[in-house]
Amino acid sequence: MASNADKFKSDGSMLGGLLEWVDARFPATALWNEHLAKYYAPKNFNFWYFFGSLALLVLVNQIVTGIFLTMHFKPDASLNASGVPVAFASVEYIMRDVPLGWIIRYMHSTGASAFFIVVYLHMFRGMLYGSYRKPRELIWIFGVLIFLCLMAEAFFGYLLPWGQMSYWGAQVIVNLFSAIPLIGPDLSVFIRGDFVVGDATLNRFFSFHVIAVPFALAGLVAAHIIALHEVGSNNPDGVEIKKKKDANGIPLDGIPFHPYYTVKDIVGVVVFLMFFAVIVFFMPEGGGYFLEFNNFFPADPLKTPPHIAPVWYFTPYYSILRANTVNFFWLDAKLWGVIFMGLGVMVFFLLPWLDRSPVKSIRYRGPIYKSALAIFVVCFFILGYLGMLAPTPGRTLVSQICTIIYFAFFFLMPIYTKLDKCQPEPDRVTFK
Amino acid sequence: MSCDEKVDCGRRRLIVATATVGGVAGVAAAVPFLASFAPSERAKSAGAPVEVDISKLAPGQMMTVEWRGKPVWIIHRTKEMLDGIAKVSDKMADPKSERNMQPDYAKNEFRSIKPEYLVAVGICTHLGCSPTDKFKTGAESGIDPEWTGGFLCPCHGSTFDLAGRVYKSKPAPDNLEVPPHMYVGDAKLIIGEDKKGA
Repeated sequence: MASNADKFKSDGSMLGGLLEWVDARFPATALWNEHLAKYYAPKNFNFWYFFGSLALLVLVNQIVTGIFLTMHFKPDASLNASGVPVAFASVEYIMRDVPLGWIIRYMHSTGASAFFIVVYLHMFRGMLYGSYRKPRELIWIFGVLIFLCLMAEAFFGYLLPWGQMSYWGAQVIVNLFSAIPLIGPDLSVFIRGDFVVGDATLNRFFSFHVIAVPFALAGLVAAHIIALHEVGSNNPDGVEIKKKKDANGIPLDGIPFHPYYTVKDIVGVVVFLMFFAVIVFFMPEGGGYFLEFNNFFPADPLKTPPHIAPVWYFTPYYSILRANTVNFFWLDAKLWGVIFMGLGVMVFFLLPWLDRSPVKSIRYRGPIYKSALAIFVVCFFILGYLGMLAPTPGRTLVSQICTIIYFAFFFLMPIYTKLDKCQPEPDRVTFK
Repeated sequence: MSCDEKVDCGRRRLIVATATVGGVAGVAAAVPFLASFAPSERAKSAGAPVEVDISKLAPGQMMTVEWRGKPVWIIHRTKEMLDGIAKVSDKMADPKSERNMQPDYAKNEFRSIKPEYLVAVGICTHLGCSPTDKFKTGAESGIDPEWTGGFLCPCHGSTFDLAGRVYKSKPAPDNLEVPPHMYVGDAKLIIGEDKKGA
C-alpha cells in the first residue's frame, strides 16, 4: 500500500515541510493517491455512475441533520402537561419553535426518501452492468449489507416522531417476529422491551437509530469503497480496464478519479441538490409518500388508523409479505409472509453466483436477460404500488403473480443467463 | 494443530487454552447487555387491573378502556347481535373457542361470563393492529351481504364476529383474546383479575 514513492518530498516550503513531516508518520499522500489522485477509473462512466457519490452525499446530509435534530428531540413516550406524548411534542417543537428547525427536520425526512431513491438506482446500475460479477462479489455483498442497515435505520427512525403511523408501523413489524415458531412471542417482547410498543421501545430504537446503526453503516461504507478501490471500478461495457495497461502500469482506459470524476460528480451533486431543495421547500411531505399524513396525529395505542401502509421504500416488500395468504406444510401463512419478505431482500446476496452469463454488461447481453430485467423492474414497481393500497382479492392476486416473478427472476437466472444469446464484448471500453 | 519440532507444544497449548478462556469470557460479557433488553421490573409490574363502570353502556354500544397499554373492548350485545353470532358459527376458524385464547369461564358460545357483555382485547391476533367496529349488518356494512356485525382489521383485512371469533381463511390465526375479568355487583367490571387469581 504505502510505498516510499507515495511519500511527499519537501520542496523546502513550509507547507511542503509539514506534509513531509506528516507523511513520515501517517500515509496521508499514499491514501490520497490510492483513493483519489492515482485511482484510475474507467473513462466511459455514464449517468448511472452519479448515484454512488450521491449516496455518500445523502449519508453526510443524514448524519449532519441528525446530529442537530438530536439536540432538540426527546425520546419519551410519556404524556406532557397538555396530554401529548413528549416525543411527538418535541418534533412539533423542532418544526415550530427551533429557529429554522423545520428546514433541518425536512432535510432529514426528505433525505431518508432520497437515500432510498439514490440507493435503488445505484443497485439497478449494478444489475445493468453486472457490477456484482467476479471479482466484485464482496463490493456487492457489502452494498447489500448497507442496504439492510439503511432499512433498519429507516424503520427505527420512523418510530421516533411517535405519530400514529410510527406506532402502528412498529407494532406490525415487531409482531412479524412473533410469527417465528417457539421463540417468536418471547422474541417480540424482547425487542420491544415491554409487552406493548412503549417508552422502552422508543428509547432503544432511538439508541439504534443514532448510534448503533450509523456506526455499522459508516464501517460498511468504508469497506465498500476499500473493496472497490482494490479491484477497480466496473464500467458500462463490463470489460476489465486493467487488462490493457501502458508502460507505466496505468490502465489505458483509466483516468484519475481526481480531478476528472470529482469534478463530474459535482455536476451530479448540483442537479441532485436542485431537486432536493424543491422537495424540501415546496413539497416536504411528498404528497404523503415521504411523510404520511396520519403521522401528524400523536400515537394512540387504542386506535389503529383506518388505513396503514409503510413508507414507499418498504412497500414492495410489504406487498410480498401480504401476498402470502395460504397455509403451507405445517407453517401458517403469516410465517411464510415473513420468510418471503426476508428472502426478497436476502436474495440479492446471491446475485453474483446466480448470474452465469459470459458477459457482464446489458449492452452485450441477449434478449432473454434484457426482457427478464425489464419484467423484474415492472413487477417491483407494481409491488411497490400495491403495497400502498388496502388489499382486495384482485390486488392480492396481482401481488402474488408479481411475487412469483420477483423470485423467478433470481432463481431461474442460472438457467436463462446460460441460454441467452450474447454479443461478444469489445477488447476495450467504447467511448465516443 | 500441527506440532513440529520448531514449535514449543506446551506454549502452543497454553495459547489455545488462554484464547479459549478469553473467548468464553468475551461471549459471557454479552449477557448483561442482552439481559437489559428484556422488560424491566417496572414494565413487568405495570399490569395493574382496571375497574370499569358499565352501568351507562347502552345495548348495542361499545366502550374501550386501556389495560396494560392495550385497548380492551366492552360490548353490550343486543338480542339480535347474539342471534347473529349463533348464525355464523360455521364460517369461523375456531367456532368453539378450543384454542387457549380465553379463560375457562369464557370458553362458551358467546365467549363471555354474561352473554350480553363481551370483554376482549382489541388487538388483532395477526400483527397487532386494533380492528375497527363494523356493527352495521348486511350489505350496508360494505363487507359482505350476509355480515351480522363484527370487526374488521384495517391492516390486513381479518374479520371477527361479535364474539371476537375470527373468520376462516383470514390472516389472523386466532380468536381475539379475552382477558381475565370478573364482575363486582351488576355494574362494575374488573379487568386483569378474576376470582381464581384473587
